[in-house]
Amino acid sequence: MTDTMNDAAFVEFQRVQKSYDGENLVVKDLNLAMPKGEFLTMLGPSGSGKTTCLMMLAGFETATHGEILLDGKPINNIPPHKRGIGMVFQNYALFPHMTVAENLSFPLEVRNLGKSEREEKVKRALDMVQMGQFGGRRPAQLSGGQQQRIALARALVFEPELVLMDEPLGALDKQLREHMQFEITRLAHELGITTVYVTHDQTEALTMSDRVAVFDDGRIQQLAPPDQLYEEPENSFVAQFIGENNTLEGVVKSIDGNTCLIQLDDGSEIDAVPINVHNPGERTKVSIRPERVEFNKDRLHADAHTLTATVKEFIYMGDVFRFRMSVAGNDDFIVKTRNAPDAIRLTPGQEVEIGWLAQDCRALDA
Amino acid sequence: MTDASQNAGPMLAADGTPLKQSLARSLRRQKLRALMLVAPLLLFVMFSFIIPIASMLFRSVENSMVQETLPQTVEALQSWDETSGELPDEAVYDAFVRDMVVAVDNKTHTRLGSRLNYEETGMSSMFRRSGRKLGKMDPETDGPFKDQVIEIHEGWGDPNTWAIIKTHSPAVTNGYFLNAVDMRRTPEGAQSQPEDKQILIKLFGRTLFMSLVITGACILLAYPVSYLLATLPMRVSNLLMILVLLPFWTSLLVRTSAWKVMLQQQGVINDTLVWLGLVADDARLIIINNQIGTIVAMTHILLPFMILPMYSVMQTIPDSYTRAAKSMGATNWTTFWRIYFPQSVPGIGAGSILVFILAIGYYITPEIVGGTKGVFISNRIAYHISSSLNWGLAAALGTILLAVVLLLYWCYDKIVGIDNVKLG
Repeated sequence: MTDTMNDAAFVEFQRVQKSYDGENLVVKDLNLAMPKGEFLTMLGPSGSGKTTCLMMLAGFETATHGEILLDGKPINNIPPHKRGIGMVFQNYALFPHMTVAENLSFPLEVRNLGKSEREEKVKRALDMVQMGQFGGRRPAQLSGGQQQRIALARALVFEPELVLMDEPLGALDKQLREHMQFEITRLAHELGITTVYVTHDQTEALTMSDRVAVFDDGRIQQLAPPDQLYEEPENSFVAQFIGENNTLEGVVKSIDGNTCLIQLDDGSEIDAVPINVHNPGERTKVSIRPERVEFNKDRLHADAHTLTATVKEFIYMGDVFRFRMSVAGNDDFIVKTRNAPDAIRLTPGQEVEIGWLAQDCRALDA
Repeated sequence: MTDASQNAGPMLAADGTPLKQSLARSLRRQKLRALMLVAPLLLFVMFSFIIPIASMLFRSVENSMVQETLPQTVEALQSWDETSGELPDEAVYDAFVRDMVVAVDNKTHTRLGSRLNYEETGMSSMFRRSGRKLGKMDPETDGPFKDQVIEIHEGWGDPNTWAIIKTHSPAVTNGYFLNAVDMRRTPEGAQSQPEDKQILIKLFGRTLFMSLVITGACILLAYPVSYLLATLPMRVSNLLMILVLLPFWTSLLVRTSAWKVMLQQQGVINDTLVWLGLVADDARLIIINNQIGTIVAMTHILLPFMILPMYSVMQTIPDSYTRAAKSMGATNWTTFWRIYFPQSVPGIGAGSILVFILAIGYYITPEIVGGTKGVFISNRIAYHISSSLNWGLAAALGTILLAVVLLLYWCYDKIVGIDNVKLG
């Protein structure tokens, strides 16, 4: 998971804790190391501590315990304006009384750069986000997406090595958001900036990041590249939070190396990969992704495990069919299948055999 | 299907009437209802506010008394040359007696006397004393009158008396306004008042200057408090807000009287200073019944009017602006001066307008703690309304005050822009 001894780490949290009221910990024992140039996303529900972590890194909150290191140096006692970290805020925080160019020029002015140098850098930054024409406008005269670009340019104009983004796309509509996701990752990689990105939108996290840290209850639940996070969740919170997930509850009967036998609550037995179950008799939640479930007998793998399911609902979604089924006492078991020419449309009430490979079925904590 | 937009001419509704007319009809009910809802207030404001003010403003130029009381005299005086230094001829005296007989009958001659007394002292008693004898004359049989009238009071033998009557005979006059700016209407045209009577311009100047000082003091005191109110957690700031609003729940008179207790020479502040040894007992500070007293008391009383608009503007400045500035490398001071302060200016503007306009017309506080050196123009207006009964002059002063406020408001709009004023 996290490697606190990483020497090459550019940003490092060491056993960081944060409490606001002296009674509850908002961040509990956070350990995290980021190499230079990485795009890391902090993902989690609201109140999970991800924004607090970002604010501690930016210097607007102080850690109650532990060290935060930037490029090997502890920064706990360095005020925010001396940290040299670029930041993009949720509502952009563009100064309304300044023009776009003045907004971009501000960080350069406080660094006492000369006028011509400032103008050159502002122009370059505006061109970088394709907003070269808009230098003379006021933020209020721009659309949400344009403001977003300016906020991005302003965070990058003084060439910080680390940029923090606090849910920067939250206020945009879906289409624009997808476009900006692409734009931000492209810039981050082109400029080689280390980026910490906070969001509660899992699609955003999966599509943009090199690695994602899933936060819950003040802890990092899993820190992994997107594909690993989706396909190999390490606990049932991550499995539930990332993507769509089916959960079947049961008890571990036996464990044999890379497989274990689970007896579900309705009595049926299935094979699964033991992830964080260790002893027979433990309760477990078995996680399986909707698209890994198959009911077309022709495609069902010979080794696949089968259960009987009753179709409750058929939802047509265009590119995919979505079925809600009742499986082993769970009425919300979802199965997805691609809308291919040979796809079968089940009707509610129908009984089918469904199956999956044991390796797609992960036995997690209860 | 017909497409209305393709036809030449106005758009038509489905039934063929023009769309505009159709729309107006459908909105008429709504407008009528809105009008009915505001009607009571509108009528109240109309009768209790707008009409009295208009009539008061009209008094500043209205001057029909001379013409109404002495109609024939005024007409006869038209042919008299007031610059000749000679007395008017018999025709004028004849007309005067005819007018006075009627005036004495109606008892209006004493009112005319008081009116002309504003212009020349002594006129009032002249009219009162000559009234009875003039009233007993018979205009048809007792002539010629010139010598008889001069016999009754020697003032009628002074060409200046007649000149004054003629000067102030037009029904509309600029005399009150000239008085209001320390000038007077004389037979020779507008002239300055004598040196010892010139107080009003000075008073206007003092009113403006002191209002500015009070506004400035309010800005300085209110800004940090408003900042605290806007940034502290809700629970604490609500408590502070109550402290700010507390004076509002106390009578203005009580608060001002409290300042009297505080500031007088045997008062709390002087006693404390003497006790601390900062001030000698025989050299107690004079901080009341002068400008200091007025400024201190009025700053205190008007402070909430500055804090509230400032607070409501500051409350809308999000934390993220200052955070963004700091993340970009700005120090605390730069962040405040370049980012926070410019955004709080509309609050300062709104508070300043409010405080300044309230201060410029303030009456009770300067009256109580201002002594003679700390009074405002409004105290003078009150004096003319209730003591000297020179309502024309009071109206002229009030009109000038109103014009000054409007002028300042206009300047403010030009410089700062009234759109920048936010009350929340």
